[in-house]
Amino acid sequence: MNLKQILIGSAIAVFAGVPSVGAAELNLYTTREPGLVQPLLDAFTASTGTKVNTIFLKDGLAERVASEGDQSPADLLMTVDAGNLVDLVEKGLTQPVSSDTLNSTIPAALRDPNGHWYALSMRARAVYAAKDLDVSAITYEDLSDPKWKGKLCIRAGQHPYNVALIAAFIAKNGEDAAETWLTGLKENLARKAGGGDRDVARDIMGGICDLGVANSYYVGLMRSGKGGPEQEEWAKAIKMILPTFENGGTHVNISGAAVARHAPNKEEAVALLEYLVSDEAQKIYAEANFEYPVNADAAVAPLVGEFGDLKIDEVNLTEVAAHRKKASELVEKVGFDN
Amino acid sequence: MTEVATLSENWRFRRPVGTRWRLGAAVVGAFACLPIAALVTIASQGSEGLWPHMFTHVLPSALHQTLILLVGVGLVVAVIGTTTAWLVSAYDFPGRSILDWALLLPLAVPTYIVAYAYLDILHPVGAVQGLIRDVLGYQSPREFRLPDIRSIWACILLLGLVLYPYVYLTTRAMFLTQAANVVEVSRTLGTDQRAVFFRVALPLARPAIAIGLSLALMETLNDIGASEFLGVKTLTVSIYTTWVTRNDLPAAAQIALAMLVIVVLLILLERYSRRNQRYAAGAQRPRALVPTPLRGLPGFAACLFCLVPVLLGFVAPAAYLLVEAFGRYQFAGISPRIWSEIVNTVSISALATAFILGCGCFLACSQRSQPGRVTSVAARASTLGYAVPGTVLALGLLVPIGLFDRSVARVSADLFGSSVGLVLLGSGTALILAYTARFMGIATGGMEAGMARIPASLDQAARMLGQTQAGVFRTVHLPLTRPALVSAGLLVFVDCMKELPATLLLRPLNFETLATHLYGEAARGTYEEASVAALLIVAIGILPVIVLSKVGRTRSREASLAATPSSELDSQPSR
Repeated sequence: MNLKQILIGSAIAVFAGVPSVGAAELNLYTTREPGLVQPLLDAFTASTGTKVNTIFLKDGLAERVASEGDQSPADLLMTVDAGNLVDLVEKGLTQPVSSDTLNSTIPAALRDPNGHWYALSMRARAVYAAKDLDVSAITYEDLSDPKWKGKLCIRAGQHPYNVALIAAFIAKNGEDAAETWLTGLKENLARKAGGGDRDVARDIMGGICDLGVANSYYVGLMRSGKGGPEQEEWAKAIKMILPTFENGGTHVNISGAAVARHAPNKEEAVALLEYLVSDEAQKIYAEANFEYPVNADAAVAPLVGEFGDLKIDEVNLTEVAAHRKKASELVEKVGFDN
Repeated sequence: MTEVATLSENWRFRRPVGTRWRLGAAVVGAFACLPIAALVTIASQGSEGLWPHMFTHVLPSALHQTLILLVGVGLVVAVIGTTTAWLVSAYDFPGRSILDWALLLPLAVPTYIVAYAYLDILHPVGAVQGLIRDVLGYQSPREFRLPDIRSIWACILLLGLVLYPYVYLTTRAMFLTQAANVVEVSRTLGTDQRAVFFRVALPLARPAIAIGLSLALMETLNDIGASEFLGVKTLTVSIYTTWVTRNDLPAAAQIALAMLVIVVLLILLERYSRRNQRYAAGAQRPRALVPTPLRGLPGFAACLFCLVPVLLGFVAPAAYLLVEAFGRYQFAGISPRIWSEIVNTVSISALATAFILGCGCFLACSQRSQPGRVTSVAARASTLGYAVPGTVLALGLLVPIGLFDRSVARVSADLFGSSVGLVLLGSGTALILAYTARFMGIATGGMEAGMARIPASLDQAARMLGQTQAGVFRTVHLPLTRPALVSAGLLVFVDCMKELPATLLLRPLNFETLATHLYGEAARGTYEEASVAALLIVAIGILPVIVLSKVGRTRSREASLAATPSSELDSQPSR
């Protein structure tokens, strides 16, 4: 095989992958990782015959769709964090859809009042604590207590999960209280803020810290053995606590989706949305990803049930989203990630 | 060079060829500036209150950390790269023939992979500390553990360990082809070994070190994966935060452009500081350096010094990935998607490499045949893409690419009644353009360096014998610069394969590469699933790296052809 043949072969391999236009199809732009959504999409294709083309993007989803403009093939935009969904709406990249199925299945607090976006699953911002630590309940406010000095692990303050939590804190307690809290949190850090949520469990096992903040579903993923035998060990070192605000409930965030403004296959996009909140798909969300279902009829996974009852904080997610910029600036102001 | 210049000045009147070369160079150069221009447009949309906030809360620490990181990595790569290059070129010691190419292997390990691997290996629950506890008789990490590696010092060391090959590669090539005469003269004159290195070889290698160092430092400056993993908050991380978390793209573009200005100034400063120095190869036949044999303790020490970077920068992370990937394979088997990902990765990288080399050759060639402002500005502009973070470049490129795609789709809809869709973003073409904008500088720089070694008299002779300018390139330059071309091509190929942010943002639907797969798994914390893709990236990267080292070795022999009679030039240099 000479160089010319390699290049011709390459060209065929690269350009033959262009999706064809034909039978029922739809194009999904997602920031949710392929490993998470593929089982759901496969089930959708199996039940409807509609093929789903996907592109997994991370932070540039809005920019990509915006630059494609009215020629964009995007039908459905799927992402995590209510703030990201609000951004998509504000950038004019979405269109409202109305569907009785969606409206009757998803609680009003978990969808856009105008029908621009719909939540598909929920996760709680939880606390992992060392197995033998003498704590069974905790508030977010408690985390800044000096008694945890040098004992706390958390990922970067600028990560959307933490920014949303800080934004929720601002919504509950005001900006000044949030700054004091964040400063206290910073002083309690056992290591630099960074890494991922699972690192919190690993670092607790490694004796670096005693407790940390991380999302709820990771515990399910680790405990179930889906992450491999090593992570099962990490999860054994921790216990899972659903913290609350002093005068409220647990901070949750969502994953959700919106129909793209110029969606060429709008019908199919709505059909996929409806499928994703169906009992069948919600069961996959709950049992494969250990998230909380938005469909009240779907049960949580047994592993997630063990966390105890989830009492969702009443502050609206749109309000939380509005405080994000402030929250992110606070992170820089107190030098949380430095 | 001056003779060539005057000759081509004269030809310009008779033939419009020169204009065509310059026009072509201008087009390629303009393309390289396209993403930057788009960034300027984005930045000018303004962002209120950015700079006061940046000056008070972000820049002091971000600049401080970035500076420490750059100085630290710079020192590490310069010391390791230059010393090892000198050792394998000037001395003969046990293991030299293997280390000679093995020293390049860390090039195949992306920074984000090395950071993750070491975090896991050195973690209190990882293999190393587990072993230490066993030896010391401790039961749990709560009783005994080493300090956490998430720090700027670890970041410096780890980045240094995978980036030093850039300096090694360029410096070694310099030592192999250019150092022989002066080094042997100074040896004859009784200069001792140390002085030969510090007073002769090192000053001689300065341009090569500068090129390698600037590549390594730009990688450092633009790194986001390793820095984030290790909790180092650099300027690039700040750009990212401003864009993603605060949803303020204009502000992010402003910071990126400010950073670009600083980088460009530094590069200009370095070039300016050696403006009066000339490094041209002598007209006489360049020879390979005859290595001095080192036996006993010195030989062992030299071997050890070269072995450590290879062990730490390649063997340890690769072995870790191998173990992880094997464990994953036993646990979950191999995902069938991985085969198409391999094909995609190799194909898109190969196509992009071919295109990038074409652009690089053209720029280097037009600069040689039509020296002047247009061609030299175009050549310099081609390196801009390497000086901005990959994500920022991709975001900048998205604007013109989107504009082009939308226009073509509309025009086609008007003309033929049906839209052709997004021609660039919908195919892999946008990716090839992005890689070109990012890595073209490597090809241009490599070809320029290769051509600089060819005496101008050869061009003149060929033109005199009736060759066109393109003919001179084909029959004279191409065979003589083949080693440089192959080196540049392999470096570009490995870089394309590792590239993540632009690939993620600009690829078509249903198109996954090994890097995007790896990222998709790492982003949700399923690293063990990612280990197979990571291992494959490293494994595919090794092959070109090994070829690369062979090319370097034969270069000295082929370069000597530069001085042989032209009758030999038509035949390909035999291997």
